[in-house]
This record gives sequence, structure tokens and C-alpha cells, in this order.
Amino acid sequence: MSQPIDHETIIHRFSGVEWDDKFSALIVPVTEATAVAKWLRDDNKYLLDYCSNVTGVDYLDREIKEKVENEEGKMETVTRIDPSRIEVVYHLYSMEKHTGPFTIKQRTERNKPVVQSLTPIWRSCELQEREIFDLFGVNFIAHPDQRRILMWDEFEGHPMRKDYVEPFDYEWEPTPHDEILDKHQRGKVIV
Amino acid sequence: MTDPNTSPSIELDDTTRAELERAGIIVSKVDFLYNWARGGSVWPLTFGLACCAIEMIASATSRFDISRFGSEVFRPSPRQADLMIVSGTVTKKMAPQVVRIYNQMPEPKWVIAMGACAISGGPFKQGYNVLKGIDRYIPVDVYLPGCPPRPEAVLQSLNYLQEKIRTQDIKSDPAFTEGRRQYPIPEFTGTDLNPPYNPEVWQPPVNPNPQTIKEEKEASA
Repeated sequence: MSQPIDHETIIHRFSGVEWDDKFSALIVPVTEATAVAKWLRDDNKYLLDYCSNVTGVDYLDREIKEKVENEEGKMETVTRIDPSRIEVVYHLYSMEKHTGPFTIKQRTERNKPVVQSLTPIWRSCELQEREIFDLFGVNFIAHPDQRRILMWDEFEGHPMRKDYVEPFDYEWEPTPHDEILDKHQRGKVIV
Repeated sequence: MTDPNTSPSIELDDTTRAELERAGIIVSKVDFLYNWARGGSVWPLTFGLACCAIEMIASATSRFDISRFGSEVFRPSPRQADLMIVSGTVTKKMAPQVVRIYNQMPEPKWVIAMGACAISGGPFKQGYNVLKGIDRYIPVDVYLPGCPPRPEAVLQSLNYLQEKIRTQDIKSDPAFTEGRRQYPIPEFTGTDLNPPYNPEVWQPPVNPNPQTIKEEKEASA
């Protein structure tokens, strides 16, 4: 079933598209997303007619230490910063050709996340994109019905974000432990 | 039957009653008849919230057969139901609807909180979106622990409820004296439900030994 899908053709066809070898995913710029998705669905070589899963991933700024060989031939530790971002990941299958999964990703900044909705291409994205809007706060351009799905409309914040702080509603417990113990300690100051 | 509440007769001893019965006279209380009839025909409300609902459904199938205890008539309308089985996780988004359904049920009405989540929030207690027990908004008669409880446990909780129904006093029980009990429906706010619990029904647990907190506060200061 899951033969590796050739991604070279796509990269040659669309200029902004990159291939991420580490995650075996196609990284699609937001502006080209609709065109790439439509082509993946309709082209006879791919026929990726089924979107099984849409999800979001939140990355904070993080330092990565790598060992690199410098000019003198010695190993040196280099620190670089992996920038914060939110990715929206789509898993595609072809019911016609029995291939998949094929992963495409849209990247966006954390402060004002906007990506292109692929609901017009694959209808099955609709609810899952709403979930990402709800839990990650990503806005989807051209989504037909973008509103919260799991949390209530009045809810503030996006709980799946890494920097989400849950409301402090600790009540006394006889045997606190782990995270609850931390809340217990904080609760004492308030009491 | 020695319990004065459940006994059909308080004044008569057993031998006298047996003699009377031989003569064709049955001495009883209206309470006993009422409660016996009610307990034998508790109609639950058809609704499920999570995986506990599957076990509740299983208890109605032929293998476990809840109709042996007179509760096979699952009613799709709260207006016709006596018993609310809160089967599963009550999310904060769902809680107002559960309270609203409870308000719509006619008296007398009973509630079984089924499973760890309905009792206290269970494994989701520390989460941001799960209600920490349905007993914060509506009175619960039987707590049925388990994750999820077996159908046998559902039947046992029904037996406990029937036992409770048998001890109810028609003159004093709130089910018969207060009219239809209705509780305020919580409203959504930015972080939680408002109010987070109904103080008439439930109060947060209190530290029985607040001295320790004081000492630690002084030590840290």
C-alpha cells in the first residue's frame, strides 16, 4: 500500500515548495497551498483524493546544538536557534491508486497564524481545521464555517499552544502529588 | 424487616401481623406501597456522554438484562424519566445541558453518577475543560465508581437506588414536598463556568488541619 510517493515532480513544478527529508513532508507556502493541493488531488500521477487527518503542531523558539567540523578539521559545537512557528499538517491518501500517506505542511508564524484552508479541495478537512482554529488559534483563509468546535464560544485562549496557562482552580486535596502538588504549594500562598 | 422506615407496619410486631395475614388482613403504610411500586419501575433517561454509556447500554441487553429490576424502559424524553444516569465525562461545555435536562425531569427524580469522570472528573480532573464532578450542580443519589463500571455494577447501583427509594418518606422527602426541583444553569465565561459550583448542592473540600498551612507559610516567610 504505502509505496513512497515521488515528490521530485512537485518540487520542480512549484517554485516555493520544499521537501523536508527528516519528516518526509512537503512544505508548501501558504500562497501556493490551494494550487498544490488541487494539483495533487487531480493529477493522474498522484490522485490523492482523500485527506484523512489534519493537525497542528506548535514549536517554540529552541536552541539546537550541533557538532560541525570546522576549517581546521576539528569538531566544534555550534548553537543555532530553531525559530518558533506553527505547522498545519495534512495526511493524504489515494483511494484510487491505493497509495499514501503523503504529508504536506503549511508553516506560519506564531503571533499571527494564517494559513490557507484546504476544505474547498478536501471536504473532510472542515471539522479538523475548525479544531485547529479552536485549539491552536490558526486562521484559515477561505474556510466555509470557521468557529470553535470543542470549546465554547466565549472561551479565551488556545489550549494546545505550548504557552497556554490553564486557569488556577485548585481545591484542597488530602494527598497531592506531581503537578497537583505544585498547585497545592501555590494554593497555600493564596489561602 | 426490622428497619422502621422500610417495615410496612411500625406498631405491629411480626407475629401479630402474621396472624392478621392469616385472617386475610394486610396492615401496611401508603409509603411502603408507593415506594415499592416506584422502586420496581424506575425509568431511566436515554442519554450517554462517553464510554460509560456503552456499559450502560450493555446492562440493558439480554446478557445482563436491566429489566429484571424493572428499569428497561429507557425514555427518550426527560419529561417521562425518573432516573438520570450521568454516564461518562461531563465536559464544561456539556454541563449546562445536563443541568437543563435535570430541570426538565418531573419529580420524583433520582441521579446516578456513573464512572470516575461523572463523580469527580476522574483522570481529567486537572484539565481545563472537564467538570470536576456533576454533583457540583445537581444532587447525586448513588455514586457508581469504575472506569468504566461493569454492567453488573450498574445493576448493583440500581439496587442501591431502589433501597434508597424504599426508605423515602413521602411527607418529608424533598422529592414530594418542594415541587419540581430546579437548579440554576451555569453560564460560560472566558475560563470556566460561572458559578464553578452550586453552593446549595456542593461545597469545596476543606483542609481539616489548616495549621500545617499556617506553619509552612511562616517558615517560608
